[in-house]
Amino acid sequence: MASPPPASTGLPPALSDATRDETSLRRFLHGLPGVDQVGVEQRAAGLATRSIKKAAKLWAIDTAIGMVDLTTLEGADTDGKVRSLCAKARRPDPDRAEVPPVAAVCVYPDMVATAVEALRGTGIGVASVATAFPSGRSSVPVKIADTELAVAAGATEVDMVIDRGAFLSGRYGRVFDEIVTVKHACGDAHLKVILETGELATYDNVRRASWLAMLAGADFIKTSTGKISPAATLPVTHVMLQAVRDWHTATGDRVGVKPAGGIRTTKDAIRYLVAVHEVAGEEWLTPEKFRFGASSLLNDLLMQRRAQLDGHYSGPDYVTVD
Amino acid sequence: MWEYAPAPESRDIANLRPSYRMFLDGEFVEGGGEPLKTVNPATEEVLAEVSTANSSDVDKAVKAARRAHERVWGRMPGAERAKYIFRIARMIAERARELAVLESLDNGKPIRESRDVDVPTASAHFFYHAGWADKLGYAGLGPDPRPLGVAGQVIPWNFPLLMAAWKIAPALACGNTVVLKPAETTPLTALVLAEIVQQADLPPGVVNILPGAGDVGAELVGHAGVDKVAFTGSTDVGKIIQRTVAGTGKKLTLELGGKAANVVFDDAPLDQAVEGIVNGIFFNQGHVCCAGSRLLVQESVADELLAKLHARVSTLRVGDPLDKNTDVGAINSREQLDKITSLVESGEAEGAQRWTSPCPLPEKGFFFAPTVFAGVSQAMRIAREEIFGPVLSVLTFRTPDEAVAKANNTPYGLSAGIWTDKGSRILWMADRLRAGVVWANTFNRFDPTAPFGGYQESGFGREGGRAGLEAYLDV
Amino acid sequence: MSERLTVAKTYKLYVGGKFPRSESGRSYPVRDAKGGFLANAAQASRKDVREAVVAARKAFGGWSGATAYNRGQVLYRVAELLEGRREQFVAETSAGEGANGKRAQAGVDAAIDRWVWYAGWTDKIATVLGAANPVAGPYFSFSVPEPTGVVGVLAPQASSLLGLVSVLAPAIATGNTVVVVASQDRPLPAITLSEVLATSDVPGGVVNILTGRTAELAPWLASHADVNALDLTGAPESMSAELERSAAGTVKRVLRARPTEPDWTAPPDISRLRAFLETKTVWHPKGT
Repeated sequence: MASPPPASTGLPPALSDATRDETSLRRFLHGLPGVDQVGVEQRAAGLATRSIKKAAKLWAIDTAIGMVDLTTLEGADTDGKVRSLCAKARRPDPDRAEVPPVAAVCVYPDMVATAVEALRGTGIGVASVATAFPSGRSSVPVKIADTELAVAAGATEVDMVIDRGAFLSGRYGRVFDEIVTVKHACGDAHLKVILETGELATYDNVRRASWLAMLAGADFIKTSTGKISPAATLPVTHVMLQAVRDWHTATGDRVGVKPAGGIRTTKDAIRYLVAVHEVAGEEWLTPEKFRFGASSLLNDLLMQRRAQLDGHYSGPDYVTVD
Repeated sequence: MWEYAPAPESRDIANLRPSYRMFLDGEFVEGGGEPLKTVNPATEEVLAEVSTANSSDVDKAVKAARRAHERVWGRMPGAERAKYIFRIARMIAERARELAVLESLDNGKPIRESRDVDVPTASAHFFYHAGWADKLGYAGLGPDPRPLGVAGQVIPWNFPLLMAAWKIAPALACGNTVVLKPAETTPLTALVLAEIVQQADLPPGVVNILPGAGDVGAELVGHAGVDKVAFTGSTDVGKIIQRTVAGTGKKLTLELGGKAANVVFDDAPLDQAVEGIVNGIFFNQGHVCCAGSRLLVQESVADELLAKLHARVSTLRVGDPLDKNTDVGAINSREQLDKITSLVESGEAEGAQRWTSPCPLPEKGFFFAPTVFAGVSQAMRIAREEIFGPVLSVLTFRTPDEAVAKANNTPYGLSAGIWTDKGSRILWMADRLRAGVVWANTFNRFDPTAPFGGYQESGFGREGGRAGLEAYLDV
Repeated sequence: MSERLTVAKTYKLYVGGKFPRSESGRSYPVRDAKGGFLANAAQASRKDVREAVVAARKAFGGWSGATAYNRGQVLYRVAELLEGRREQFVAETSAGEGANGKRAQAGVDAAIDRWVWYAGWTDKIATVLGAANPVAGPYFSFSVPEPTGVVGVLAPQASSLLGLVSVLAPAIATGNTVVVVASQDRPLPAITLSEVLATSDVPGGVVNILTGRTAELAPWLASHADVNALDLTGAPESMSAELERSAAGTVKRVLRARPTEPDWTAPPDISRLRAFLETKTVWHPKGT
């Protein structure tokens, strides 16, 4: 491979061997245990029947709010739109000051400066998609430039996409190198690696891509761009949670997980939190290790929060639309 | 720490009544036996008083069933029988929630399981067999197979409603009438099923349900008016029944105990294998005759698998069966809890390494924390005897031949599991495992269309599918 | 001119492909229908039962694991050899059963034809009794019949060849191995059949034939823990219930005797094939 793995990873020998060359990488990824589709989907469906009530639900709602990467990734985005999203991020429910702020705001690189300005001093992160999001179809120099643009504008987190074409054609080294390169370009910014699981076709591929990203230095692995259907699903997230748990067993490090796209309701969000809790472990139940990439989810969380506290159902007119 | 708040299903839904009566010849009547008190194993409180049968009740029930068979049910066109059985299937579904809660109260199994497995599968069983009633000529058992007559059926406490369905549905579809004895500790859902039978307007005597202890069962299987005996339960009792029936010409099917091997190869989909192992032994508190109670794991992956297994088992939530988040409920009775405890002690005494989930247990009720024994050898009691509880014995192997030899090294032969990503190895193993059901890369799957039953001392005869009809036809 | 003295045959047991005498050293006289002496037959003991069960168990893996096509060919070959010994069987059944020549001939012909009928079933029974189960879930589930294992067969007492073939052929066609207790008073056709089997391609141990007192041998078969099933067709009526009780000790499958010996000339159905088959159901998920 073009560049050696980052020296700082300090991976155990078995894992650093895996990244020695294309052949080793391939052998390692194909040597991972398979994923049985029916089994993982059944497990996900089984856990989804957990019934979270009362205080546990309120805790889950507040925790989920604090894990939201409030996202706008539209061609029609404007400075005004981003500013109003940032206002929402700071105070999700203007009537209830105790509602925690979200984890981050997620925008395109050219909107980073606006978001940074609007969130200054709040501790809320600014995440930027990069690397020719969402398709990833460009040259490496362009992807690096894209990343550097975001970081220079003040992004604290970079959400890159992998080259799915390269991955699906078995050129794992190319994908690895790109992630390593982008990680380097991130500097201090956290790197979330978007696998775009909807294009990877199988859970085996999701597991391999998760390990590939972690081997290359990802701080987070993220399901989707939100531009492809299916986006995040519970079973895909299960596979990724198993991967970060296994990675922790192997290395002692905890990589984060971010499902993105398609999570719209509190019920959905709680199902994800249950999966985090019971598959990866409670150490992952924090915004440092788990995020929701979402936009409309936040308002449902706020409505459900009100319903829990007020004892009656709320309506969309009682939460803000930005 | 994120503590899930209790999410109990309301027990009011069960419509629990202070007393229940037996169902004989279309009526609910007092039995001549000493009434029994059925207990909620999760709280040890008495749920209800249930009348039991004495020998004269058994005689009346068998005679009622005989009359019903000769006058109505045996001569009714299959298409008409079918419609009655379809009604039962639908009514079970309509009263699903009530039945699920009642089952969890009486049996101790988690509501998640009674709601998602027992009750829907019971309904499905009636639905499937209903369709057979007018198609028996196509079952490959001859052009016009005839019913046997009166079926005496005795069922266990682990799946009270579901086992009743497994027994009654094929019997009725084939044109037999039924006298069924539910288990002493779990009579309630069978008596609600009797209500459904009444609501479905089945002719009196076609289905009779007589609660009671083992003596009622013995009376029933020994009754001269019974043409067919079907029993699900322990191998010990199965042998007694086979002896009782010997020489009488009664047709017999037995679904008995097991000591299934769940074989995990090093190329298995490990996370799903862990799920399968957990489902295999902790489903229904391990009160499952086909439970995967012996884990055979390839040495090269044993440590990794065991670590994953411990982590996963630690997440199992043991407690109130009515809590929707409970994974492992109550052991069905004090007696069973004592048996599990004593076998676990034997495992420790024989030198196996015990690991028990650190999960909290309720203070009242019969509970046993999920337990995994490593370093088990074939000679230990925990590797040979059916524990019928949430206790897994882990053994290792090196080669496929060794796995087969160890898996088959038991007088039982009900079920087996295989976990590997290699298709040809699955089929090779499936050929060699001497067991009536082989689950590959899955475990504990049941379906009315799929025959279920054992080899060797796990019994004979099948339930479900076309093969299951043979048990209730004179062929 | 003196008539040539014939060479008399010593009738022995057939165990594991060999022809041992009874370990007990006993024999008993076999008489024809009119009471005339025919031969001495070996009188097997419980230890011979034990040896026969060991042989049958040893042969089970290979025979049950052989392809159904192969079993069919092997069994068909037996029919070919039976045809070659037709006259000998006619003579023996005629002497033993007292049937006239024409009836004895018809019986032998029926026995050979029956053998052919069962030989043809080996590779069809799984199609008829097996199933793809349309389960309500993402699984492929199928059920196949498999042989029960070692079957103890008490051969019919009256019909010494056709009856024997009618109970033996279906049991081995499906892949079981058997220990047969031949008709007590008419054992000679069974021994001759074993000579045919020994020169056929049927592996040693698949069929083991004991001669002797049924009442003495049957209880040992019924209680033997390594016997999986019991065919009581030729059981003495007074013993049937006790044998069935004994079989319960290890949950054996029992094929009961009817009150009178069936008319073996009637066309058979597949019930005897079904009797010693288990159904195995296999499940596997379907996914990518």
